Amino acid sequence: MQENGHMLLKPARPVGIVGYGAYVPRYRLPGIEISRLWTGGVEPPPVREKAVPGPDEDVVTMSIEAARNALARAGIAPNRLRAVWVGSESHPYAVKPSSTIVAEAIGATPYVQAGDWEFACKAGTEAMQAAIGLVGSKMADYAMAIGMDTAQGRPGDALEYTAGAGGAAFIIGPAEESLAIFEGSLSYVTDTPDFWRRAHARYPEHGGRFTGEPAYFHHIVEAARRLMEALGTRPEDYTYAVFHQPNVKFPQKVARMLGFRPEQIQAGLLVDEIGNTYAGSCLIGLTAILDEARPGDRILAVSFGSGAGSDAFSLVVTEAILERRDRAPRTRDYIARRVVIDYATYARYRGKIVLDTEA
Amino acid sequence: MHPARAWRGRSQRYRLEGELCEGCGARLFPPRDICPECQRPARTPYPLSGRGEVYSYTVVYEPPAGYEEQAPYIVALIKLEEGPLISAMLTDVGPEEVYIGMPVEMVTRVLHRQGEHGVIAYGYKFRPVLRRAVTIPSQPASVTA
Repeated sequence: MQENGHMLLKPARPVGIVGYGAYVPRYRLPGIEISRLWTGGVEPPPVREKAVPGPDEDVVTMSIEAARNALARAGIAPNRLRAVWVGSESHPYAVKPSSTIVAEAIGATPYVQAGDWEFACKAGTEAMQAAIGLVGSKMADYAMAIGMDTAQGRPGDALEYTAGAGGAAFIIGPAEESLAIFEGSLSYVTDTPDFWRRAHARYPEHGGRFTGEPAYFHHIVEAARRLMEALGTRPEDYTYAVFHQPNVKFPQKVARMLGFRPEQIQAGLLVDEIGNTYAGSCLIGLTAILDEARPGDRILAVSFGSGAGSDAFSLVVTEAILERRDRAPRTRDYIARRVVIDYATYARYRGKIVLDTEA
Repeated sequence: MHPARAWRGRSQRYRLEGELCEGCGARLFPPRDICPECQRPARTPYPLSGRGEVYSYTVVYEPPAGYEEQAPYIVALIKLEEGPLISAMLTDVGPEEVYIGMPVEMVTRVLHRQGEHGVIAYGYKFRPVLRRAVTIPSQPASVTA
């Protein structure tokens, strides 16, 4: 086994989050509406409601808004970004990058890297790890990592209750300009087929209960424990923690397993209000925490992506948060913007009704 | 829309980039390279703020091909903060909510999709200005941006 120091990811130059931005679409589908349709209202929904994108929204448009919010907070010119990376499992094109459209729309082109990342629900944090490396190596001063999804759920499947929409964008930059500095990060990955979607398939498949113990819990616990061991931190050293949120129970249970109290995960636990935002899940939770954190607060953020793996990050908030956070809407501003829809409207907005209007 | 046409207009459509007339200071949208105010060349790119208000509007119930999935939708004339009056679709607002003088802001959305196989056209739309008045539970004071 390697020493802790070898597992810890720490760049040569200290880096942090210079700007962040969230996005949640305005429509909400209550869990009881899904239950009414498919189980006669018998099944209790795992979340109260989930966010649903409007008919003119997709991962590209949602990423653009989150990216604009991140730029507003960072206060840097978009042409200073050297990477725009979008992690998602619902890119609108199979071939054609979402990231070039986002980069063009925010004014970051043409001297920029752009690429789409795919690792189920941890595609966004995978992009964040890479951005830390890009800036930490001094190859670039600023890089943007986005985790965003309009998750797909098969009608009537257990995942339909939670497959939500939303996410967040982060600009990684030098530590001295950051509103939160990375103390270190760690990635933990194995080949675990708990959830997948084959090429050309419309909806994903999953391994039922297999998605819990060997997948979600094992990877998050290992990543979080190893990171804290390597940094010499304990759960009580953290003001906040946020974990991937496929439902309400899983993050609550994993927090308990790791020794975190419920109040430490409260601020970032959004799944009951917006559903599971997949690649955006842990990251949008982190934005809600940054919206209320104070200088000196320490934050643990741990993602989980099926397939499977976790990225764990330890952050310390700086004074810069106070001046930057109100340069853009807070995550709760988007959550408060809420229009409830019924299943029929949801089916229409999500393209589940065949119009057959091919020109 | 042919991909070449979408590509030519991407700066103006994705991020509302207009032009500045160096001669008289007018801000132009859409960009047209000649200032309609003073007839001098105006080629300096100028990013518009995206803020404005509804000048007038109509509701489209019979959409042209490619817009079926969004109907009914609102097409409005928007008076931009910088002066230009432009036509655009409204989004995140229903016909029962919109009114003349409504403050709006630009967002980039899907304009239309060419079926399952064609290119997706993105561009500016306007929505009611996002309300920014959320009280963060752990902080006593109400925060209004």
